[in-house]
Amino acid sequence: MNKILSLGRKLDLRHGRVDLSHGAGGRAMARLIADVFHAAFDNDWLRAGNDQSAFDVAGGRMVMTTDAYVVSPLFFPGGDIGLLAVNGTINDIAMAGAKPLYMSASFVIEEGFPLADLQRIAQSMGEASRAAGVPIITGDTKVVERGKADGVFISTACVGAAQIELSLSGDKARPRDAILLSGSIGDHGVAVMSRRENLCFETDVLSDTVALHELVAAMVAAGGPSIRAMRDPTRGGLAATLNEIANQSRVGARIDEAALPIKPQVAAACELLGLDPLNVANEGKLIAIVAPEAAEATLAAMRAHRLGAQAARIGEIVEDDCCFVQMRTTFGGDRIVDWLSGEQLPRIC
Amino acid sequence: MKHLDEYRDGGLARGLAARIHSEAKPGRAYAFMEFCGGHTHAVSRYGVQDILPENIRLIHGPGCPVCVLPIGRIDQAIELAKNPEITLCVYGDLMRVPGSNGASLTKAKAGGADIRMIYSTLDAISVAEREPQREIVFFAIGFETTTPPTAMAIRLAQKKRLRNFSVFCNHVLTPAAMRQILETSDPQSLPLDGFIGPAHVSTIIGTAPYDAFAGEFRKPIVIAGFEPLDVVQAILMLVRQVNDGRAEAENEYIRAVTPDGNRIAQAEIADIFELRESFEWRGLGEIPKSALRLREAYRDYDAERRFSMERRVARDNPACECGAILRGVKQPRDCKLFGTACTPETPMGACMVSSEGSCAAYWAYGRFRASQRRAAE
Amino acid sequence: MCLAIPARVVELLPDDMARVSIDGVVQTASLAFVEGVGIGDYIVLHVGYALARIDEEEAQRTLKLLQEAAMFGAPA
Repeated sequence: MNKILSLGRKLDLRHGRVDLSHGAGGRAMARLIADVFHAAFDNDWLRAGNDQSAFDVAGGRMVMTTDAYVVSPLFFPGGDIGLLAVNGTINDIAMAGAKPLYMSASFVIEEGFPLADLQRIAQSMGEASRAAGVPIITGDTKVVERGKADGVFISTACVGAAQIELSLSGDKARPRDAILLSGSIGDHGVAVMSRRENLCFETDVLSDTVALHELVAAMVAAGGPSIRAMRDPTRGGLAATLNEIANQSRVGARIDEAALPIKPQVAAACELLGLDPLNVANEGKLIAIVAPEAAEATLAAMRAHRLGAQAARIGEIVEDDCCFVQMRTTFGGDRIVDWLSGEQLPRIC
Repeated sequence: MKHLDEYRDGGLARGLAARIHSEAKPGRAYAFMEFCGGHTHAVSRYGVQDILPENIRLIHGPGCPVCVLPIGRIDQAIELAKNPEITLCVYGDLMRVPGSNGASLTKAKAGGADIRMIYSTLDAISVAEREPQREIVFFAIGFETTTPPTAMAIRLAQKKRLRNFSVFCNHVLTPAAMRQILETSDPQSLPLDGFIGPAHVSTIIGTAPYDAFAGEFRKPIVIAGFEPLDVVQAILMLVRQVNDGRAEAENEYIRAVTPDGNRIAQAEIADIFELRESFEWRGLGEIPKSALRLREAYRDYDAERRFSMERRVARDNPACECGAILRGVKQPRDCKLFGTACTPETPMGACMVSSEGSCAAYWAYGRFRASQRRAAE
Repeated sequence: MCLAIPARVVELLPDDMARVSIDGVVQTASLAFVEGVGIGDYIVLHVGYALARIDEEEAQRTLKLLQEAAMFGAPA
């Protein structure tokens, strides 16, 4: 109680804006952190008010990841930058087959950023963090001059506990391994693009941003060490992820276009803009490379989970010195699925 | 998607392919040029070449307006964009096209130029209305399909009395390019048995312009829709024409293309634009009466007259084979730069930058055939 | 040439504009270059403009031709 009174006047969260004093380390900054971040994330570590937080580890192997989020626009159908930050970071830990434990979040906020938006973002993060069971236990706040940050940039880190018997890695794919995909591709990219200036189209497509660690746990229970690698196809889409794994493992991949789950509206939006859904970002899907003997069981476990209802076996790993990812088109011909060059841009031709 | 998915049906594709296999005469080679970049893209994306018999070869033509835009015009656009008063509105396709000295619109934007990617000329007009203090220049490219949208933008600017809108016009004409290919092609280096004619250009110009070609040059032309089944059906029609010894203009895309084309669009274009005496095409050189500029009555909307723009002549890298590739005379793998200096990450010429360009298409979709051939040897 | 996609007219707007839909993805487009287009018609959409109306009968005829040609094995 005393602490709060000593921070001075409450923030005007409805109409106020972030200014340079909120990053200067004084009373205004403490007020911002308390009213926006502590209120949203709400746990004992943060309430203690230190620059660091401590936790016990059970012994064994730890996994750590860090990420930065700079998405524009900040708010899009199905989510916002905060939701992406929490889910995306948790997913990096999950892709190792590890259990995500604790997170940190630091914010670089542009002078003039509306406090209402900051609160919205923080609340999104708090809800996602509670839903996933991964508290945000430490953080940092900086404010920079107008024009030096696109509204807000969020940087995160997460630590998790590895399962010793698992050693998932992108260089472990072997010929005849099955390639499993947990659900429809392209949702996130299309949702974000629909809000970009100068691209206006109306669509019901929502970002698929979600934390995947529980789906992963179900898969690991079914497939165990037969799962060679998992990765979430974020920027660059499915094409980038498959090419990365193919190159890391020095193998090729063959996938079947007819097996790819894609929502009709996503397909339509991609046609409209001249984009290939294989290059469009996803934020709530994963690819798993699984030894052939465990593929069916792992796929069944995915389909039984609410986040994997549309899961499909989309292809297999093959021998290929050139490390090509090839796709049998619905038309019956073959084509290479390549990494994207540079930013994906809508085209007229 | 209606009127789209039906034309991608794999079952029908197999049947059509079998029909083509049976009708293509063994021992005779057929070479058809698909003029339109959109067809190049469809052929690559769906692997159409894979289902055709060995003796039918598809040659990629210069129907990609990004590919044929001379470097000098990109340089001029970059100069315009560097003017602090100008906002340059461009289609996404143009952002990464290399100009001289490795410059590009993307790089200019990173350097602070106000370059905005738009989806439609309607967006450029909106920008001009919202920002009256800025000079809005629309970088217009494209064949006859894309010219009506530019015409409409100028018409709207006129109606809304916009004082801050102009067009940097690089619109080019399909029949002129086809004529150039046919007149300069050497049957030895480029045996050409017929054309797959452009889909959406033809919705605008109709089928009538192609009758002249078929008659004059004795080459069959089949206008084909954009989807892979349209292309395969057109190939069947071409094979039949060649076998029968006919040279006619036929229309496979009857659901959208009529003999007269789009009269309203043609009238707007005729009112606003006139023919340039000559225009440089990257890879094809100067072609007479092949491009458009704004008429005198619309000089206020012509960026070339509004801003003093120096004519730039810039040369391609001497080792770049885009020209020969655009004419269909060489293949991407014949170019020394392909895969070495010239990759999608570091494109040297437009054939690699544009997703419809032969080199980009070959890189993205076709390289594995070469590796399969090597593996088979 | 050029990326164009069939879209269904779902609403007519003033100034020769319309809302068109491709499988639920909706855009505003100009109908300035086409005549006699009504709700339910399909148009060819290119960079925000309708360039042609898709003739349903001709489309049916095309599909029939494709199907006949694809019935290989039957006497030609």
